[in-house]
Amino acid sequence: MSNTDVVITGIGATTPLGPDVTSTWDGLLAGRSGVRALEADWAEAYDLPVRIGATLAEEPTEKIPRVRARRLDRCEQVALIAAWQAWEDAGYSLPSDDGEDVEPERLGVSIGTGIGGPVTLLEQDDNLEQHGMRKVSPLTVPMLMPNGPAAHVGIELRARAGVHSPASACASGAEGIAKAYDMIRSGRADVVVAGGAEACIHPITIAGFAQARTVSTRNDDPERASRPFDVDRDGFVLGEGAGVMVLESAAHAEARGARVYGKVAGTGITSDAYHITGNHPDGIGQIAAMRQAIEQAGVTTRDVGHVNAHATSTVVGDVGEAAAIQKALGDHPVVTAPKSALGHLVGGAGAVEGIATLLAIYHGVVPMTLNLGELDPKVELDVVAGEPRKMELSAAISNSFGFGGHNTALLFTSA
Amino acid sequence: MADKTELLTGLAEIVEEVAGVAKDDVTAEKSFVDDLDIDSLSMVEIAVQAEDRFGVKIPDDELANLKTVGDAVDYVAANSK
Repeated sequence: MSNTDVVITGIGATTPLGPDVTSTWDGLLAGRSGVRALEADWAEAYDLPVRIGATLAEEPTEKIPRVRARRLDRCEQVALIAAWQAWEDAGYSLPSDDGEDVEPERLGVSIGTGIGGPVTLLEQDDNLEQHGMRKVSPLTVPMLMPNGPAAHVGIELRARAGVHSPASACASGAEGIAKAYDMIRSGRADVVVAGGAEACIHPITIAGFAQARTVSTRNDDPERASRPFDVDRDGFVLGEGAGVMVLESAAHAEARGARVYGKVAGTGITSDAYHITGNHPDGIGQIAAMRQAIEQAGVTTRDVGHVNAHATSTVVGDVGEAAAIQKALGDHPVVTAPKSALGHLVGGAGAVEGIATLLAIYHGVVPMTLNLGELDPKVELDVVAGEPRKMELSAAISNSFGFGGHNTALLFTSA
Repeated sequence: MADKTELLTGLAEIVEEVAGVAKDDVTAEKSFVDDLDIDSLSMVEIAVQAEDRFGVKIPDDELANLKTVGDAVDYVAANSK
């Protein structure tokens, strides 16, 4: 390993499949679905066409004490929980009066979110309308701001090398990790806590996505609603959750004898400059992102044995990505679409799926895509279905694309 | 004038609700900032709840002078209707 290598020493997550990485990974391998009928009374009250969502397996307040939780938007809560887990998994303790495990000036944070805290904004607007300005919480702005999740993690872990919060819709979590990789490679930090978070399942987001005709309305069969690459797919399922990784320079990790899961070997970030929600029809940005990651990693397309697809289960998006993967890499990569089980965690998606990609290499097994009854004939890829596929992997790519035309590809390799 | 023991009890309940400080620790001589570790944002919330509960106005420039729990109890006792 060279000094500019960036390794992963800790991982954490809270998702619709489970309150930590182990339960989430086990859920993916077992073929469990995190999609459920929404129990909130608003689903019926607003006559929404969508009554399903991938809600968290465990309420964040199980882990965050009441008084602290009321100062945090739900998006900030899930980021903090995932960060705690990743930090502990890396073998670090929380800073105390006695000092820190990582020099604060060498520790950074890069945690993205797609939307941030719209639920806080709406709740406080209700307070304003119904009770007047005195009842608006003084924490309104710090709870709704999209840099809130990253900022809280930075304060918690005492990170002074810069706290960043990429906002690139559904690519935010992946871009969080890409930014962290750059921070370490450029010498700005030795350790960066990176990932993404989202928690905005609310009538306004559901209504907005539904009006854009991007979400599944398979309300009578929640667990089968998210079906990427299947001929009968009809949109994504909105989810919530967070994923966080501890990235370290190889030298820093080696000096302390840390356990290493693998490397972030390359990243690709491009933008379509085409349409605010639609992907470029020729997939130019997606293809370029995958190629950039390969080039930066110094591997060949043959080395990339697996792609963890962005595949959200939309009619147009999935076939576009399938064609882009083929053009960028060829027919050989084994593909899976974890949103079939997790739903779409928006800003959390790229980070949680990055963790799944890393674990596929680490454990030598690719989880299956759920609900793949009949592969869309336009998808000419080897998509894992039915059961997990055991295979030795040296390199794999995780794709994440977002509204706005953002394309991020993360290339992970074994340690 | 309201009974100061009752005011202290009521104020302690608000402080516990907003800032998570145990009610029994909220005693007259304690400083909100130095002893109870309450930040300026939580002080605003505590003041709003105290205004509603005790029927009193606490303007911002008065709030800044309420350093201890006892200061707050005295202010409310003197100004509530």
